[in-house]
Amino acid sequence: MPPLARTLRLMFVPILAISLSLIALSALLAVSGYSVTAALAALWHGAFGSWSVIASGTLVRATPLLFAGLAVAVAFRAGILNIGAEGQLLAGAAAATAVSVTISPAFGIVGSCIALMAGAAAGGMWAGIAAGLRQQFGVLEVISTIMLNVIMLHLTGLLVRGPLQESTATFPQSALIDQALRLPRIFPGTRLHAGVVLAVLSALLLAWFLRSTARGFRLRMTGANPRAAASAGGIDVARVATSAFIASGAIAGLGGAVEVTGVTYALYENLSPGYGYTAIAVALLARLNPMAAIGSAFVFGALEAGAAAMQREAQVPAGMVGVAEACVILVLLASEWIGTRARGWSTLLWGGAPPQPNLSDPAAIGELE
Amino acid sequence: MTTAAPRLALNAISRHFGKVSALDGASLTANRGEVHAILGENGAGKSTLMKIAYGLDQPNAGTIEIDGKRAVFRTPREAMALGIGMVQQHFALVDALTVAENVALGGTDTFDLKATATTIRRLSEASGLGLDPGARVSTLSVGAQQRLEIIKALARDAKVLILDEPTAVLSPIEAKHLLDWTRRFADAGGTVLLIAHKLREILSIADHVTVLRRGKTVLTSSARDVTEQMLADAMLGATRATSRTPNQAPARIARGTPTLILTNVATRDELGVTRITDATLSVNSGEIVGIAAIEGAGQRELLRVLAGRLVPAKGTVRLPEGVGFVPEDRHRDAIVLDATLTENLALRGAVDRRGLMPWKTLDGIANALLRIRDVRAVDEHVVMRTLSGGNQQKFVVGRELADSPAALVVENPTRGLDIRATADVHAALRAARDAGTAVVLYSSDLDEVLLLSDRVLVVAAGVVRDVGSDRDIVGLAMLDASH
Repeated sequence: MPPLARTLRLMFVPILAISLSLIALSALLAVSGYSVTAALAALWHGAFGSWSVIASGTLVRATPLLFAGLAVAVAFRAGILNIGAEGQLLAGAAAATAVSVTISPAFGIVGSCIALMAGAAAGGMWAGIAAGLRQQFGVLEVISTIMLNVIMLHLTGLLVRGPLQESTATFPQSALIDQALRLPRIFPGTRLHAGVVLAVLSALLLAWFLRSTARGFRLRMTGANPRAAASAGGIDVARVATSAFIASGAIAGLGGAVEVTGVTYALYENLSPGYGYTAIAVALLARLNPMAAIGSAFVFGALEAGAAAMQREAQVPAGMVGVAEACVILVLLASEWIGTRARGWSTLLWGGAPPQPNLSDPAAIGELE
Repeated sequence: MTTAAPRLALNAISRHFGKVSALDGASLTANRGEVHAILGENGAGKSTLMKIAYGLDQPNAGTIEIDGKRAVFRTPREAMALGIGMVQQHFALVDALTVAENVALGGTDTFDLKATATTIRRLSEASGLGLDPGARVSTLSVGAQQRLEIIKALARDAKVLILDEPTAVLSPIEAKHLLDWTRRFADAGGTVLLIAHKLREILSIADHVTVLRRGKTVLTSSARDVTEQMLADAMLGATRATSRTPNQAPARIARGTPTLILTNVATRDELGVTRITDATLSVNSGEIVGIAAIEGAGQRELLRVLAGRLVPAKGTVRLPEGVGFVPEDRHRDAIVLDATLTENLALRGAVDRRGLMPWKTLDGIANALLRIRDVRAVDEHVVMRTLSGGNQQKFVVGRELADSPAALVVENPTRGLDIRATADVHAALRAARDAGTAVVLYSSDLDEVLLLSDRVLVVAAGVVRDVGSDRDIVGLAMLDASH
């Protein structure tokens, strides 16, 4: 199959998912008595209305979504259901803030780099707790990471009312990060910062890692079939899974560090409007492919930016867009479900030759039943 | 009790899955006061027949009668209501709950733990199956869990109790206690259907024996009137399949050099039960050593020790680097269905790779493998899922042999394959042997073992023995019978 046709086939379901969710959003708007055209116009305007809207709104919001989406993707690819990108992102934000408000502004760009590294380390360590619990005691990471999210949210609250609170001790937030330690803005007149470049580079690096390196290959095989990876490949699957889990946390932590040094310049409790959760949708829409995550983070960044404009200009609650986001996930899950129910369908949607059921194979009989 | 109609009669039961027939007109009649043993090779249909008797599966044809009356049940609950209970190989217990709670769970009356505890005490005293109603299941031994499963069935007034290979999970002393209990249960008017493998054990306890082979009842008789030899013949088929050609080099003597060496090896299975107690063996380069064993004899662990995939509980092991391994469950243990053929090739030796993956080179090797092994696939970039079972297996065999390993271990390598693919796999194993590879072959089909092997080792009763290649002697040794 030529590459272009293949790409189009691969994009069929994601495009279907986005289209169906916009239809669902329109229906919901109509039922709720809003003007569909006005609301969607505001959404479009807020997301793509002008270069400055794209840069300051969509791209700025897409950046943490891309980091967190990559974190989710790398974990899922290794067979780890890391739902904790939110907490890991906050851990990274807190650590980067702590470094930035402590070190001398004279460090400049070097200081920014130290802050980012501290953020990645903190995110990795926060994920490491869940990774350790999983390995030592078999604690399901789906549950532990969700709980760790809540713990980190409250830890952040504690930090901004205690050790990291700004000097007047009035507001529950940290001191502002010094100008010299902030990530540089890359387009004059917009809020777009160097973090977006870092996020895209991370996506490219991760795609290369998974595709081309031996470690990436082991990670993918471990996620796809851990028993075969261990038996046929001799891979230490527990170690690979733990490393991937920690790396996933580090990427989310880096995202949090970029957010404080590039956008908010201070730590506060509601720093993330659920980036770590939306990231799951970002990763699934990209079918866990880091390159595709760039596009999918852009789509969700646009939805989030557009939702804010919709609320401002058409008085439609931004939460409505959450419904559209949820629809994306539902359509993706439904297509997976249809895929496993009827491989023929899946073949049509995802490409590839239809497998022939082999009735002399006992394993195939199990599937037929 | 009105007439002398049999308690349970299964008449001409057939069950097929797609084109594969698991049962083909199998019949069985069990009376009151009888321990009725059901024998057969792996895949003979014993478990399927018992699942049908317990309502876990429905037959495509045939009837079930209880006390002379036609019975139809679609679920175990309906079977239980008619007095049929079953203890499956894999217990259905809730670890976190107590013995009494497990018995009360799924009962038909109101949930009354006190009454249940009383019932358990009464039953366990009467039956001699000692159990503490307040004990948590997670603290019970496997033997005690099995007693709990039996008590569960008794608490629901089971008159017919089906035990699926009950002694497989037990130590010899526990097994004796259990068999003694089945005797007492039958003497009190109950009926026990016992799926088992060990002939001596069966003849010591059973009143009646039914043997299944390829889904048909081939022998049913009072246990007094049969010998171990008659049972083994009925199970394995008295004559060899004539269409198969015998091994081309029957007179081979072990040449080559010792390649796989095990000394005083002991293994434990997933349940922690010691299967192999003391195995000492050596496999030379350039020979195929066949392993003959019945299911659960410990060959599964032995093969994994030989393949370097399992560290034995005891003993010393000397293996070359990178032993090839073709496990029986390829979907689970050998391949990644959603990865490409090249990626599946690269899986072998993946642990030792450093730096970048040489995908170009690997594509070339995979492509050559498809040609050499006659694997039918569009190219090496398609995902494994798109291949048929036979082609997947040829790919796995080819992959494990691609780097000319010093040794290869294969487990049921042709299960589920058609004649053509089977012949290809056999040819590949012989070619590897002729090229100097030490090959270990296990197949649950004894004829396949005898067909391919230069030497046969029997795994039974925890040890590995060489009893020669005579089919009858090997068959009896597998079943741990006297010879």
